[in-house]
Amino acid sequence: MEWVNIIIQGVLIGGLYAMFAAGLALIFGVMRLVNIAHGDLIVLAAYVALMTTDTLGIDPLVAIVIVVPIMAAIGYALQRALLNRTLGDDVLPPLLVTFGLSVIIQNALLELFTADSRRLKAGAIEVASFPLAEGVWIGVLPLLQFVVAVAVIGALQLLFYRTALGRAFRATSDDPGVAQLMGLDNRHVFALAMALSLAVIAVAGVFLAVRTNFDPAIGPARLIFGFEAVIIGGLGSMWGTLAGGIILGVSQAIGAQIDPGWQLLAGHLAFLLILAVRPEGLFPKVQR
Amino acid sequence: MRDLLEVRALDAFYGDFQALFGVSLTVAPGEVVAVIGANGAGKSTLLKCIAGAIASRRDAVLFDGAPIGDQPAHAVVARGIALVPEGRRLFPSLSVEENLIIGGQLGRPGPWSLPRIYELFPVLAERRHMPSTSLSGGQQQMVALGRALMSNPRLLLCDEISLGLAPIVVREVYARLPAIVAEGCSLVIVEQDIVQALKAANHVYCLQEGRVALSGLAGTLTRAAISAAYFGA
Repeated sequence: MEWVNIIIQGVLIGGLYAMFAAGLALIFGVMRLVNIAHGDLIVLAAYVALMTTDTLGIDPLVAIVIVVPIMAAIGYALQRALLNRTLGDDVLPPLLVTFGLSVIIQNALLELFTADSRRLKAGAIEVASFPLAEGVWIGVLPLLQFVVAVAVIGALQLLFYRTALGRAFRATSDDPGVAQLMGLDNRHVFALAMALSLAVIAVAGVFLAVRTNFDPAIGPARLIFGFEAVIIGGLGSMWGTLAGGIILGVSQAIGAQIDPGWQLLAGHLAFLLILAVRPEGLFPKVQR
Repeated sequence: MRDLLEVRALDAFYGDFQALFGVSLTVAPGEVVAVIGANGAGKSTLLKCIAGAIASRRDAVLFDGAPIGDQPAHAVVARGIALVPEGRRLFPSLSVEENLIIGGQLGRPGPWSLPRIYELFPVLAERRHMPSTSLSGGQQQMVALGRALMSNPRLLLCDEISLGLAPIVVREVYARLPAIVAEGCSLVIVEQDIVQALKAANHVYCLQEGRVALSGLAGTLTRAAISAAYFGA
């Protein structure tokens, strides 16, 4: 029964990793930009949530409705003002610029909020749980986080394959030059993609901040989890990122059970194993 | 009558390389203009400049009297100029119908809509939900034409629509052009297939190494004059 509990925990935390990954996969898919600042933007979202809850005195989970539009606006502005200028045939400029952005965000947060670790208080829901079966308990907050992750990824999948915006994303990703001939302004399409990515990050950042302590330096590790989930899942489908997140979460949970020091190592080993056996990921992008 | 399109002393560059030297050309409403010339003569470059895919001097391209030389492609298509790019370049991740829909995403009013495109190219209606890459070359060219028409252009630029197609398919595609002109759309067709171009066009321009070597009404040009302009005498 203990192992069942552990695997369930792993699956539920996998939802959070999947949300980290979905934002990354979206940006890479649409504009071939690897966003090194992704993890720090997740932490930024956590601090935006912290300021929102502190000033308005509202529940963190309610604050999501405020943090999401703020982060989306930051994403749009960031893409229009900075990242669009780095895109081109060379993949190096966007890597360098987002790396620099990562350093800037970390240090700005350090100046503003100090290195003290913080946490969002969500009240009774943090410790609430219910029994699923004899000896198997499910935490309400992890379950909620997982359900939200599934909803977010399902919504992204629908948006990508069933809406005009998704069509514009796919067309621009296929051939930016011809997309312009269809009347699509690439700068605007890319900015909308970044806004969407940061909206997903906002949701992930709030759940991260309720679940665990955070400080300005934890961004890069979240980036790694997101990367690993993307690569495990493959770039063929948004559902792949969910599978990737779950595999990463379960591996970490199993590793931690064997030896608390093995939690991160187990996740990286699972990632390396899949990279070795299936380098294209579990749900590869098929060229039709 | 005012010209729909006027290209005035257009120069075009790729970096330091100059591809067009003072090219001038006019297209009247309802006219079909053919641009012929050897490989590398600058035909595609000329179309890209008109469509805004390559920026040029502001007053080098006038559309309906307005200078649009410095406008980006997405703004030019909104004004009513659509380009069928060389090699078709359909969006592989999109189905046939999605390719057509995205061509009409600006919502410019006009005669062309999904049902009208399927009327023009009935074979596409049967394959509307298939991936665009699963079609034959001729059918892909029809999608590329339909995609450009969906923006309801007043001027349609066709870059080598016969490229890589069997002669019978080329004739089939060219047979639809009069129906497009009949809806009030002017055409500029770039072609290497001179016979096809001379048959379809009212007016012909021949480019040679980035300059206009010859121009005139399609009926008045002799074969000797064309071959001299084509290859350089």
